[in-house]
Amino acid sequence: MTADSLPQPTVPRARKPQSGMMRAFRNPSVVIGGIVVLLMIALGAAAPWLGTMSPTEINPSGRNKPPGTIVTRRDDDGNKVQVMHRLGTDLLGRDVYSRVLYGARISLFVGVTVAVFSIFGGLIIGLFSGYIRWLDPIVMRVMDGLMAIPAILLAISLVSLFRAGIGAVILAITIPEIPRVVRLVRSVVLSVREEPYVEAAITVGTPTLKILWRHIMPNTIAPMIVQGTFICASAILVEAILSFLGVGVPPDVPTWGNVMAAGRDVFYLFPHNIFYPGVMLAVTVLAVNMLGDGLRDTLDPKLAKRL
Amino acid sequence: MASPVLEIRDLTVAIADSGGDRTNAIEQVSLQVMPGEIVCVVGESGSGKSVTSQAVMALLPKGQLMIASGSIKLEGDELTTKSPSEMRAVRGKRVAMVFQEPMTALNPVERCGDQIAEVLEIHTDLDAKGRRARVLEVMRSVHLPDPEQMADAYPHQLSGGQRQRVMIAMALVLDPAVLIADEPTTALDVTTQAQILKLIREMQQRRNTGVLFITHDFGVVSEIADRVVVMQKGRIVEQGSKAAILSAPREAYTKMLIGAVPSLVPPVRTAITAPVTLETVALNKTYGKRGFLQPAARVVKAVTDVSFEIRRGETLGIVGESGSGKSTVARCIARLVDPTSGRIDIDGVDIARMSERSLRPYRRRVQIVFQDPYRSLNPRRTVGQSIIEGPVNFGLPHADAIARARDLMGLVGLSPDALDRFPHQFSGGQRQRIAIARALAMEPTLLIGDEPVSALDVSVQAQVLQLLDAVRKKFDLAVLFITHDLRVAAQICDRIAVMQRGVVVETGPTAAVFSQPQHEYTRALFSAAPGQGFGNRIGAGQVADALPVAAV
Repeated sequence: MTADSLPQPTVPRARKPQSGMMRAFRNPSVVIGGIVVLLMIALGAAAPWLGTMSPTEINPSGRNKPPGTIVTRRDDDGNKVQVMHRLGTDLLGRDVYSRVLYGARISLFVGVTVAVFSIFGGLIIGLFSGYIRWLDPIVMRVMDGLMAIPAILLAISLVSLFRAGIGAVILAITIPEIPRVVRLVRSVVLSVREEPYVEAAITVGTPTLKILWRHIMPNTIAPMIVQGTFICASAILVEAILSFLGVGVPPDVPTWGNVMAAGRDVFYLFPHNIFYPGVMLAVTVLAVNMLGDGLRDTLDPKLAKRL
Repeated sequence: MASPVLEIRDLTVAIADSGGDRTNAIEQVSLQVMPGEIVCVVGESGSGKSVTSQAVMALLPKGQLMIASGSIKLEGDELTTKSPSEMRAVRGKRVAMVFQEPMTALNPVERCGDQIAEVLEIHTDLDAKGRRARVLEVMRSVHLPDPEQMADAYPHQLSGGQRQRVMIAMALVLDPAVLIADEPTTALDVTTQAQILKLIREMQQRRNTGVLFITHDFGVVSEIADRVVVMQKGRIVEQGSKAAILSAPREAYTKMLIGAVPSLVPPVRTAITAPVTLETVALNKTYGKRGFLQPAARVVKAVTDVSFEIRRGETLGIVGESGSGKSTVARCIARLVDPTSGRIDIDGVDIARMSERSLRPYRRRVQIVFQDPYRSLNPRRTVGQSIIEGPVNFGLPHADAIARARDLMGLVGLSPDALDRFPHQFSGGQRQRIAIARALAMEPTLLIGDEPVSALDVSVQAQVLQLLDAVRKKFDLAVLFITHDLRVAAQICDRIAVMQRGVVVETGPTAAVFSQPQHEYTRALFSAAPGQGFGNRIGAGQVADALPVAAV
């Protein structure tokens, strides 16, 4: 028998598999959620050009006006100007319309930053915890401990450790989110770690860090994108809750939570203070969650069972 | 002449979303099963043998496969036109099925007896007492020890073989006219397999059941079949009596399939006296240590005092059933798990307790080819990236590593231009070639094959075995070959170590172990191998001296 008689294996032409991202863009909930989120970002970014005034300027003579009221106020030069408050004013005479639009900036910024930080932190901790056996029980007990404290309580106590400010709020929301990311990453690592291709990498002498980066980390990307959107939605909510409770960013900074907090006392008489920021908050969180659900269904169908 | 219990005529099953290379899963399939006859459907993966059985049971995956034309008659009764509710009355009562995986085919949260009783509850009007009596009777008839206790046991409390017996009992409790067995012994160890085959034969004779037996294993065919149907790519290639097909096949494909089955008679080999590459001394591995804040676990001895040596250019086979510890030995030697005690000498240096840092230079000397070709290559990296990973780790410049990878691709019989493709673009056999190329790229002295051909079809298996043997010769490698398949071991190994429950019970030259097994377990293992008399002509399916290497 010679080499010629061996059936020469041919390399088949493979059909190019459709990339996950392309499929995601055809999913209706990704499209709808994505459009709404983009709209919110655009509203926040374009706030100065959408007929707003300074969101922090108070006007003692125009307090608690219902939507559509025209109020006379003085500009910087002392001239009287007529101003229409589309969504009314709050109990200090600040324009609710302006505060809601500017509030979108803070809320979305907090949501995205918390998502990025907690994914990044959770990814690193989870990779090492899942791969290095002796580290795993120690890290996981710490994470269990963190998860045992209600997230809001933990955030409140963390904020009270620092000077109130947006950085403190972001940190305070990020830390309670990290354990969930760690658990998710770790569960992926635990199953991928046993794959023969990881063992093959060990036998060809690939250093541990390279194995983590090259062979294990890519498997966590899809679930992390999905988890990131859910964290973003929950961070926007938690930020609003913290502001509403008066432990978030300082009350003059326009965030949806702060606008609602300011309107809390006069809610029965002037519901617009809470209604409009509440609608924005609800729509944004719904949109981000829809985006996340759609991404999960297209990028990582198995994750649906794990979460 | 009696009329057939099952008659399939011109059956075509279409693939709904046929973006693939085939529009039909099976085409124009016609076969008959007589009462009291066992018809074996043999074929490689993708031949459509399982689809045929699913079509009979009306269990085709909805929306993916559907019957396009043809007829299926069960005792003269047309099945293809039946409604789902009519089929429910047929299934279980007149045609029953035994699946491959006894672990998953039984409901883990229901007692075995209740699962059998469920069949009676649906199809008969027996009361609880009558059902219980019938369950115990059928469990006794499949030779389950202590049926009263077994009926109250949960599936996880039973062994694989016992579970398969429960499955068979469930299938036969209503005395169906036809029993469909889809690879019923593939997931079982060889000694258990022999018992299950005997049981199916016995049940079928006693009840005069027609059996459609799906398998890929010609050993099993020669053991159990009355008639044989050979399928390839959805079509029937050839059918006839067992004797006709096995000893005088007409079609080239059948001849090739049968020729590819390795013989149980090992070829004559000369003992190798080259220097020792690998020596293990009293190797032990135990599992189950107390962890941080975890209660002490039960200690399991996976490997106990294993000592053997492999010389340069020699192939040592470790054979054994699942759980015998053969893979653990391989993983200890590759230092994928840390041995508990003992020595592992590679070229005279003990690596058993080396730290990862000092082990690094020795990593390249021991390379491993894994069982599952679908999981041993990172799906996100090109084949080229996978092959050069190791050499680059050891400082070889990228361009040189690529050049070496191109040479190796040619050596293993693949096009060097395929280096920038991804693993999913290759078949299982091709992936296994790539895995071999990756191992060779490290220029090892010891190559471990952990069941490297077990996941492959028999024709591909022969080619990969040839390749392994060829690279052993070309590079003068010591090869440690882990397998459960005695036929493969007979053909490729110079010496054989038989393992049972973590202990090597017998070692010796392949021919000697096969012709005069000393240990009781070895004898039991060998006598259980299916198809003893089949394909044992000298040289059948032997690893030929073909050198794809020579082509480079």
